[in-house]
Formats: sequence, C-alpha cells, structure tokens
Amino acid sequence: MHKYYLTHLQELESEAIYVIREVVAQFDRPAILFSGGKDSIVVTHLAQKAFWPAKIPMPLIHIDTGHNFPETMEFRDKLVEKLGVQLIVGSVQEAINKGRAVEESGINASRNELQIVSLLDTIEHHKIDAAIGGARRDEEKARSKERFFSHRDEFGQWDPKNQRPELWNIFNGRKRMGEHFRVFPISNWTEMDIWNYILQENIDIPSLYFAHNRNAVYRDGTWLPASEFLSLREGESVENKLMRFRTLGDITITGGIESDADTLEKIVAEVSATRSTERGNRSDDKRSDTSMEDRKKQGYF
Amino acid sequence: MELLRFTTAGSVDDGKSTLIGRLLYDSKSIFEDQMEAVKQSSERKGLQHIDLSLLTDGLRSEREQGITIDVAYRYFATPKRKFIIADTPGHIQYTRNMVTGASTANLALVLIDARKGVVEQTCRHSFIASLLKTPHIIVCINKMDLVDYSEDAYNKVVEQYEAFAAKIDVTDIRFVPISALDGDNVVNDSVNMPWYKGESLLHTLETIHIGSDENHSDARFPVQTVIRPHADEYHDYRGYAGRIAGGIFKPGDKITVLPSGLTSAIKSIDTFSGPVEEAFAPMSVSITLEDDIDVSRGDMIIKHDSEPHVSQDIEVMLCWMGTRGPRPGAKYHLKNTTREVMAIIKEVYYKLDINTMEKLENAGDIKMNEMARVRLRTTQPLVFDEYRKNRITGSLILVDEATNETVAAGTILV
Repeated sequence: MHKYYLTHLQELESEAIYVIREVVAQFDRPAILFSGGKDSIVVTHLAQKAFWPAKIPMPLIHIDTGHNFPETMEFRDKLVEKLGVQLIVGSVQEAINKGRAVEESGINASRNELQIVSLLDTIEHHKIDAAIGGARRDEEKARSKERFFSHRDEFGQWDPKNQRPELWNIFNGRKRMGEHFRVFPISNWTEMDIWNYILQENIDIPSLYFAHNRNAVYRDGTWLPASEFLSLREGESVENKLMRFRTLGDITITGGIESDADTLEKIVAEVSATRSTERGNRSDDKRSDTSMEDRKKQGYF
Repeated sequence: MELLRFTTAGSVDDGKSTLIGRLLYDSKSIFEDQMEAVKQSSERKGLQHIDLSLLTDGLRSEREQGITIDVAYRYFATPKRKFIIADTPGHIQYTRNMVTGASTANLALVLIDARKGVVEQTCRHSFIASLLKTPHIIVCINKMDLVDYSEDAYNKVVEQYEAFAAKIDVTDIRFVPISALDGDNVVNDSVNMPWYKGESLLHTLETIHIGSDENHSDARFPVQTVIRPHADEYHDYRGYAGRIAGGIFKPGDKITVLPSGLTSAIKSIDTFSGPVEEAFAPMSVSITLEDDIDVSRGDMIIKHDSEPHVSQDIEVMLCWMGTRGPRPGAKYHLKNTTREVMAIIKEVYYKLDINTMEKLENAGDIKMNEMARVRLRTTQPLVFDEYRKNRITGSLILVDEATNETVAAGTILV
C-alpha cells in the first residue's frame, strides 16, 4: 500500500464531511434531523468534525412521537448540552391535539406515519431549507435510489422518477421559495461501516444498543419491549430477556434481538456474523414491498 | 481496507442483474430476510426461478415494468475491499444515468453476451467509460455456459473487443469469461473452463491497483466555506474548509489563491483529530494561512509548481440531461468545484454519436441524452483543469435558471 491512501472509513468520512459543509455553504437555514439512533448520532459526530473548532452551525431537530425510549431522550439532552447546539422539538402529540394528525387505530397502530405531519410542520415553521438525515442507501430498496441532495417540493414530497442527476461531487441545492432539501451525507455507508466507525471513533451511543435485561413480548419474529403502549394479545406473555436493539425508533415498533453483546467490539462481531437486515425488526417496513417508497414520497425521513 | 467504486450498465436480458445478484449473494451481502422477500415476490409473480433483479429494482414503477430506470447504488464488502456498485440501465434513452454512474467510478464492468459478441450497447458503455475517464474496464464475457465454455468463442469476442477498443481512451482493459447464472469465474474459479488462466472477476475487483487513480501531483484545494469560531480560545482563527481535489499540501507550502492571485503560505492543516503534516486527495481538512488575505467559497488554493487554467472561455464535452434541449442564448448557472458563475453556450461544434463516436456536424438541436462538443462563455473566470488530468476540477454541471434542474454535465477539454 502506498503512502497517499485512505481507508474506506476515512474516505466515507471525508465524503460525508464534504457533503455537510456543502449544506452549510449552500443553504440559509439548515438543520440536522436527530432521532437518537446510531445513524443520526454518527451524522452529528461528522458535523462536529466538519466545523471544528467552531460549534455545529445549525440546530438539531427531534420529532417526538411521545412513544420514546426514556434512554433515548436522556441521551439526546446530554448530547445537545455537550455540543452547545440548539434543539428544536416537533411534537406528534401536539399535532394530534391540534387535529393536524389522527391517531391510527387497529392492532398494528403506530405513530410512525404521523411523524410525517410533525416533521413537515416543524420544517415549515422554522423555515428549514435543508434537513440533514442519517438515511443510508443500503437500508432499504427505495433508499438505494436516493440522492445526496434530495429535492422536496412545496408539499414536502419526493418524486423518485424525476430526481436531479447527481454527478462527481457537485451538488445542486437550488430551489424555489417553500421547497426544501433532504440531505444524506452517509448515503454510501452500510450498517457495518457505521458500527466500525463508532468503534474506531469511540462514539457515545444510547445504552439500548448494548445487551441488557428487559421485559419483552415475542411478536412477528422480534422481541417488542414491554411498555405502557403495548397491550398483550391472546397467547402472548411478558418475558425477561437479555437483549439489545439494532435500530432505534418508537418504542412501539422497535423490536430487539436476543444478544449478549455488551461492548462495541462484541456488537461489531455480532453484526458481521448476522444473516438478517437491521430493519427486519421494524414492523413499519413490513407493511408492503414499497412501504418505504410510499412514505418517502409523502415526506418521511 | 480500500474503497472501489464501479459501474455496470445493461439491459433486461444480458444478465447484469443476475451478475450483481451473484456478487452480492456469493459475498454473503444478501441477508436472509431480503432473500426471503425476493423469493416470495418471485413466487407471487409466478416465476420459476428467484428473480435476483428484484433486489436491485426498488421503485414501484421499476418493479411494475421489470426494468432499471434510475441509478441504484449497491454495497458489498469482502475482507479485502469495500465495493460500491452504481447499477445503471443500458438503453440509449438512459445515457444520462450511465454518465451519472460513470462519473464517480474507478472501474466499469462491461457485459458481453458470448453468443452475440460486441453489440451497439457494448460500444456505448465503453465510450461512456472512456469519455468520463473511468480508469479501468473489466469486460465480462457472459453466458459461457451457452457456448459450451468454448475457448474459441471467448477468443473471438476478445479479438472483436480489442479491435474496437483502439477507438477508446482507456488503457487498462481486462477480460474474464463468466457464467453469471452458474457462478463460473465470478467468485470462484471455473471448473468448466480450465483453459482460462486468469483470475476470477471478484479476485480482479479485489486486487486491481487503484492507488494511482487520484492526482497526487497538481495541488488543488477548492474552498467550501470559512470556519470562524466565535470563541475566546480561537479568537482569530480563520480556517478554509474544503476537500483536497489533487496534489499534496504541507504546512509551510507557498500558495496562491485563484482567481484573485493573492499569495501566502500554509500555517496549519487542521482536522478534528488534530493538525496533520500532509494532506492529499480526497481528504476533507481546514487550512489556515500565514497572512490575513481575502479567501472565500469558490476560490481555489493552489501551489506554484502547477497552475490550473483561469478563463471565461471553456471548451467542453456536454451530456445533455434536461428533458428539453438548450434554448438559444439561454443563460445557465454553471457549477465547477465550489464555484458558481453564469454561462451561455456560445458555440456548438458537433454532436457525438454515442454508439460510434462519430462526429455529427450540423446535426440539429441538442436533445436529452445527447453528447455535444461546445464552447461556453462565463460571466466570471473559472479555475479549472483538463478533465483528463483531474476529474474534480475538470468537471461541471449546468443548472437551468428557471426550473433549477441540472440540465447538463460537462467534461472540460481545455
């Protein structure tokens, strides 16, 4: 190996930092969409690197469904304090109270799709013109067609058949009033890259990702955490399991896996040996073959 | 571990999706639940076999029509390398998608059906790789199972391609006889073709030398933004943030800022992890200078030993991507590195037939998916290199003033 060479993680990091800097250079009111999950934590870490020694020059936006893991909220508040950045919270409960969103009913009800309303309201209210997200192209087939700079019309919608070509490292962020962009700096990262990077950089992540004991219910091939929002169906029972989460979303839809991986090294080893995708434990993606595409068109993350 | 980006192009029946499926499957990059979903979708459609193209064709309209429309990015890794595949459709009406995929690729995989030999599409993919200066081409001669794994059949196609390749500007071209369906020479060496002494496709992808693809001789640093912390500790700090587009920068180097021509020297090269002694492409860093001079987004920091062009007249090969062709006398936003200026198409010399590389003079208006050799005139000087010397400083896009769409991509000739 010759001297002037970057490892794949260094190259992905450099690409992401370049993209984040382009956002700040091209837009007036950018923001980072922060879910408390590992991907948005990595994006926030990259933003910190991109502008050091200055602070991250944009706020974090969290869409609060009201169905959160308490650990995620605690982690969010500590991180915001450490970075000295502004936090904007968009509340799904508030949208429901105001009649802007209607709670789903039925056995698979969740507030996942309701986040779209709060997200778009928050973007509009704060006049955000570029929202940086942690979506990756390897996560889901609709996301594999996503651009780094992804245009949204004035209704916040994505038009997958009519996307701007994106060549070399030139990003076109031009738009009309009322339109905005979603930007995905870690588009080219895989789940494995994320974990290896968290390990390499020793990035703090919520305790939920590490093996811990928890009361959970086995449903649809995954362990759903017992919470005030989960009602048992016939034949189901709550068990105490040594488990961890591979992705974090709402407490109502995020299933965990049985695992004893309690260090980053063990998580990396476990992920590299695993034979199923991380979103396999997310009931929101199982609704149809194109459920992600359908939600993304409406304005989902 | 290094990163290799490659592009593929192909149409429905040439086995491209099968080959990608094979690479993903044999390198264990397809997960069980993804495979299960594809199996179920294939069964619902009443197919006899598992349709691996369902792994790559993600959009509703693509699944309905059974074709790849857009560029899809796919990822897999082996213990040696991480790979990014830009998977593009092959039909001429998707030339712009092929160009997009090729723009960031180190390597192009060109698929040839062993029974058909070199066809129009083979030429088109190869020309695009050549125009976009993809440094390496691997020609996969596929469906060897359908020609009885014949060495003669393989040699005939190789000869045919080599004769054609005299017309293109790619020096590193390799050939592999494969059967994507059965996996011969894809990941594992083929037992059916003992006469083939070369490496399998995956082995070639893992070992091909890409270290010299970056330009490490001409120092280029396009400034993205200026970092000015409003903190006591860094009161006078002014860092120029950007990604190195070529060459090597070190503290102490004498530099010039273009287009202004102001000069200074590098004081430090900073990253979050600490200052570095050397920075090279494609690193993202912040540079501080010894002198307090005017530098902002769109400027380029260079070293004296190699100067880029600074001009308002630019000779370009354009690929038109907009649904409507250029309007006469229309002004466009031109983006080249971090610099943005207005430009007009001053002269169209000829169009290029992308199937034959023939120059078509007086061939009428430029339409979507067409290539044209033009001269652009800009309102402000651009700072650029020839595309063949530097793919970052030598590339540009045109953005329509009215619709904000990216309507053309250009490679700079001088």
